[in-house]
Amino acid sequence: MPPKRKNSSIIQVEDVGMDVDAEFDSGSEDEARRKRIQNRRAKSQRKAKLTIEEEEDEDEDEDKAPRGRGRRKRPKPIDSDQDEEDEDKGKRQTATRRGRTTSKKKSDKEDSNDESGKEKGSRRQTRGKAASKTQKEEQNKDKKENAKGKVEESKDKKNKKGNSSSDSHNSDSENEEDQLSEGEIEALKEQVEEKKKLIATLRNKPWRMKKRLIILKEAQEFVEKFEGALGKGKGRKLYAFKIMMAKKFIKFKRDFENFKTACIPWERKIKEVESHFGSSVASYFLFLRWMYGLNLILFGLMFGLVVLPEVMMGLPYGSIPRKTVPRAEQETAMDYSVLFDFGGYAKYSFMFYGYYNNERTVGVLKFRLPLSYLLTGVGIFGYSLMVVIRMMARNSNEGGDGGDEGQFTFSWKMFTSWDFLIGNPETADNKYASITTSFKESIVDEQENQKDENIHLRRFLRVLANFMILCCLGGSGYLIYFVVKRSQDFAKLDPRSLTWFQKNEVEFVMSLLGLVCPPLFETIAELEDYHPRIALKWQLGRIFALFLGNLYTFLFALFDEVNAKMLDEKAVKNATEWAYQEYYANYSSFHNTTDVPPLNIPPADVVRGPCWETAVGIEFVKLTVSDVQVTFLTILVGDFARAVIVRFLNYCWCWDLEAGFPSYAEFDISGNVLGLVFNQGMIWMGVFYAPGLMGVNVLRLLTSMYFQCWAVMSSNVPHERVFKASRSNNFYMALLLLVLFLSLLPVIYSIMTLPPSFDCGPFSGQDRMYDVVLETISRDLPAFIGNILTYASNPGLIMPAILLMVLAIYYLNTVSKGYQQANTDLKKKMQMARDEEKNRRNNKDSTNQMMKDLEDLLPDKSLFKPQVQEKPPTDAAPEKGSKPTKMKPGTAGVNLHKEVSLASPNPRGPVSRGPGPRGGPPGNAMGPQPGPGRGRGRGRGAPPPRR
Amino acid sequence: MGNKQTTFTEEQLEAYQDCTYFTRKEILRLHGRFRELAPHLVPLDYTNNPDIKVPLSLIVTMPELKENPFRERIVETFSEDGLGNLSFNDFVDMFSALCEASPRELKTIYAFKIYDFNRDSFICKEDLEKTLNRLTKGELTAEEVALVCDKAIEEADLDGDSKLSFADFENMISKAPDFLSNFHVRI
Repeated sequence: MPPKRKNSSIIQVEDVGMDVDAEFDSGSEDEARRKRIQNRRAKSQRKAKLTIEEEEDEDEDEDKAPRGRGRRKRPKPIDSDQDEEDEDKGKRQTATRRGRTTSKKKSDKEDSNDESGKEKGSRRQTRGKAASKTQKEEQNKDKKENAKGKVEESKDKKNKKGNSSSDSHNSDSENEEDQLSEGEIEALKEQVEEKKKLIATLRNKPWRMKKRLIILKEAQEFVEKFEGALGKGKGRKLYAFKIMMAKKFIKFKRDFENFKTACIPWERKIKEVESHFGSSVASYFLFLRWMYGLNLILFGLMFGLVVLPEVMMGLPYGSIPRKTVPRAEQETAMDYSVLFDFGGYAKYSFMFYGYYNNERTVGVLKFRLPLSYLLTGVGIFGYSLMVVIRMMARNSNEGGDGGDEGQFTFSWKMFTSWDFLIGNPETADNKYASITTSFKESIVDEQENQKDENIHLRRFLRVLANFMILCCLGGSGYLIYFVVKRSQDFAKLDPRSLTWFQKNEVEFVMSLLGLVCPPLFETIAELEDYHPRIALKWQLGRIFALFLGNLYTFLFALFDEVNAKMLDEKAVKNATEWAYQEYYANYSSFHNTTDVPPLNIPPADVVRGPCWETAVGIEFVKLTVSDVQVTFLTILVGDFARAVIVRFLNYCWCWDLEAGFPSYAEFDISGNVLGLVFNQGMIWMGVFYAPGLMGVNVLRLLTSMYFQCWAVMSSNVPHERVFKASRSNNFYMALLLLVLFLSLLPVIYSIMTLPPSFDCGPFSGQDRMYDVVLETISRDLPAFIGNILTYASNPGLIMPAILLMVLAIYYLNTVSKGYQQANTDLKKKMQMARDEEKNRRNNKDSTNQMMKDLEDLLPDKSLFKPQVQEKPPTDAAPEKGSKPTKMKPGTAGVNLHKEVSLASPNPRGPVSRGPGPRGGPPGNAMGPQPGPGRGRGRGRGAPPPRR
Repeated sequence: MGNKQTTFTEEQLEAYQDCTYFTRKEILRLHGRFRELAPHLVPLDYTNNPDIKVPLSLIVTMPELKENPFRERIVETFSEDGLGNLSFNDFVDMFSALCEASPRELKTIYAFKIYDFNRDSFICKEDLEKTLNRLTKGELTAEEVALVCDKAIEEADLDGDSKLSFADFENMISKAPDFLSNFHVRI
């Protein structure tokens, strides 16, 4: 049954341009069937009356044909009349409307009855019904409808009292059902199901509300009347309950959706930016917002599982050496500079690794802090990886048909770019502006495609540009390495003898490089003269390389430092141990006792190692903070101050500042995105050594959201040529993934291979950081789990597992390749079909040489003439026939459209114009010349009356 | 609720809920909005289905439609007489079709009708030009408009009659990424 329903509804869809009101036929067909069932009982008494009514109906069909046509010109009065009539007549409207539809389509009054019969016939045939019955059925139907209309009118009265009346229907129907046979009940069931489906999908039909209401009523009454036959009362309750639950569920879902969308922040801000600057700038802000969300979650993890337990349940500040500022530093511990170089109290706070104690459990909850620290640190990476990959997958899914993105640029812009939600005049203006820009950019794009120039010069320039950029990259890498090395030398000196610059040289140089190089690259990229979108990609790639190089140089330098620190530490450790031994030995020999009290030194005075983890953490935090400062300063000076100067000095300047040299700044998408990505990389790397870094980062993102939004709206101008960075979201994500991976490496390396400091951090006293896990496994978990893990880590098991995974990857890869192949094939096919269709329509001959030859070979075209001429009357019939076939539920997508266009043109092509030229010069039968003329004429001129 | 109870019978409300994507509350609110447009025309009591129409000029002042470049077309499309006079049924119909929950197929149909300015059930060049001019407030030059229209037809026209039939339109829209999110009015 469902296919039938679908058929008709799609037919409806097809007609929509002309007539939304048209009844769809299968509905009335159902009635016909139902009528057949009822017929036996009701035939005799009603017959006489019905014939009269039927005649009336037919009259009306004819009446309405011309009116329907006229409706387009002066629709109002007639239509309303009609509808009132319809309402009065209730059921009968189905018949009349059908009449209207057919007549409209044919525009041939005399034919209308005939045609409708044919139409029906063809439809029924496709549905596997006998066509011969049609006429009779039609009549039957009409009779029934009228009859039923009356029955139902009386029912309506009952209905108005409310649902309680349904019981009476029930009993009615039960009486009737006694007379029904099994098969009829089956049919009835089917119909009831169908009606139910209709009720459920009614809101999806493109009908007028009035009609919907009427049909709904009919369907409901029908269901109510006959449902008793199915469920015998009990089923009904369940049904009602189910319906109720479904409704509740839908409502809940909608509410939840609303809530979810309400929770997403900055929607308006971003919309505003979007309407001003286009989608590419907005994509940066979307990315920023997404990052903020991600960081918020990571922050929650870190704080909830590591920082809070330590602060709430661990030992307080000042209780043990690692939580106390050493005596030597105490006088400067509250300096203002602490805020920037994170010495003093900041260094010995929960922000950094060193503060955490190595007690196995803290507090009454026996929270295993060291374990939690390690697992959270690794879990952050795991979670980020998962989220980034999921986001990438979703983005690529969303594109869906993105493969033919270029196919409908203009149409999509035309039909889908207006945001119907806009209700604010200012936003609307922005939207107009942005749509205009986007059209302009598409036009530029289009023209860009046709550009062609001197290739050699450009190639040379491109090579040159790349060479220069490579030099820049190398230079910047060396500079950083040099600076970090030098800073290690400085670190050995007395900190008080150093200048501010010497202390912050590394951060300064790195920020400076990040500031200077991208514009430099952009300048160099001017040489290359790429399409802006490609240029953006190159620019991104280069800045990426720069940042990556800088980051890794920095890391290597840092590792040198760490190694040096570890040597230091060893010395300190040995010295302390030695001191302890001395103390014990002295104490026992002096007091002559083995009961030695522990050494009582205030925690501030204890000698301690350098704690390289905290040092690394401090480096990262400092880097982040200086990065924030530089970014904000750049925006303030480079964008805001510039905008202010340009705006106000323009009144008293000798040239036009706004249009001329300084102008306003444009929003630097690539730089900002990469800055964000790399910052995130640093966070990922640093957070293991500085849990507080997450908090800093969340703050940073929050402020930069507001600040940059303000800056971009206040002092930037839209890009001169805005190019939609298509699918750039995934590009950003890919960068992020890469950075995530790259920042994962050093952290994992340090966890697995470097020995933790002996006197600070949660892993102190252990050989390696991951020993915490082993310890937990052996001490807290039941023995068999330990055994299982031992077996699992056995190389004999790991090797096959790896092999298996490799095989799986290979298999999946092959499968995906296969799918890709199929996909491209299908696409190609579609494209071909489309092209062929176009060609055929435009100029019939040039499509296929073979066909043309064949056509030429036909000696006597005049033979075809009679056949051809016979066609016009039947013109519409094949077209109608083609529709149901094409709408078969199975045929989706391509076939659907192909068939429409295949079916309708062919009969009509030769019909409308064909006979003329062919018949005109009979001697010229071989000539291909008439062909194109014919084709074009048909294509352009008004087609024969279609409706 | 006591006051509003008289607006519709339960039955009517149920029927509206079955025929639209709205909840009962939303339908009542819609009635409120409808009445707001023309308090002197629209009665509070709708139990006997009064046949009352609110003219286009009043409908387009709704804030939801006020800024829409296609507001007249939308209203005309959904009005039963094609002139833009909306009965309450049409009004509900309009917002139901434009609401978030309505499916792509339905929206496609109505979008087609909206963009078909001259109601010849084809989107021809003339329609495209009108669409474009409304979208850009006529800021494109004549050549640009012509270029864009040609391009759009070239892209979407499958059967080469240099205008877009519904099938063409549907095919094109079905692939558009942001049609659903944009063709949407929240009431």
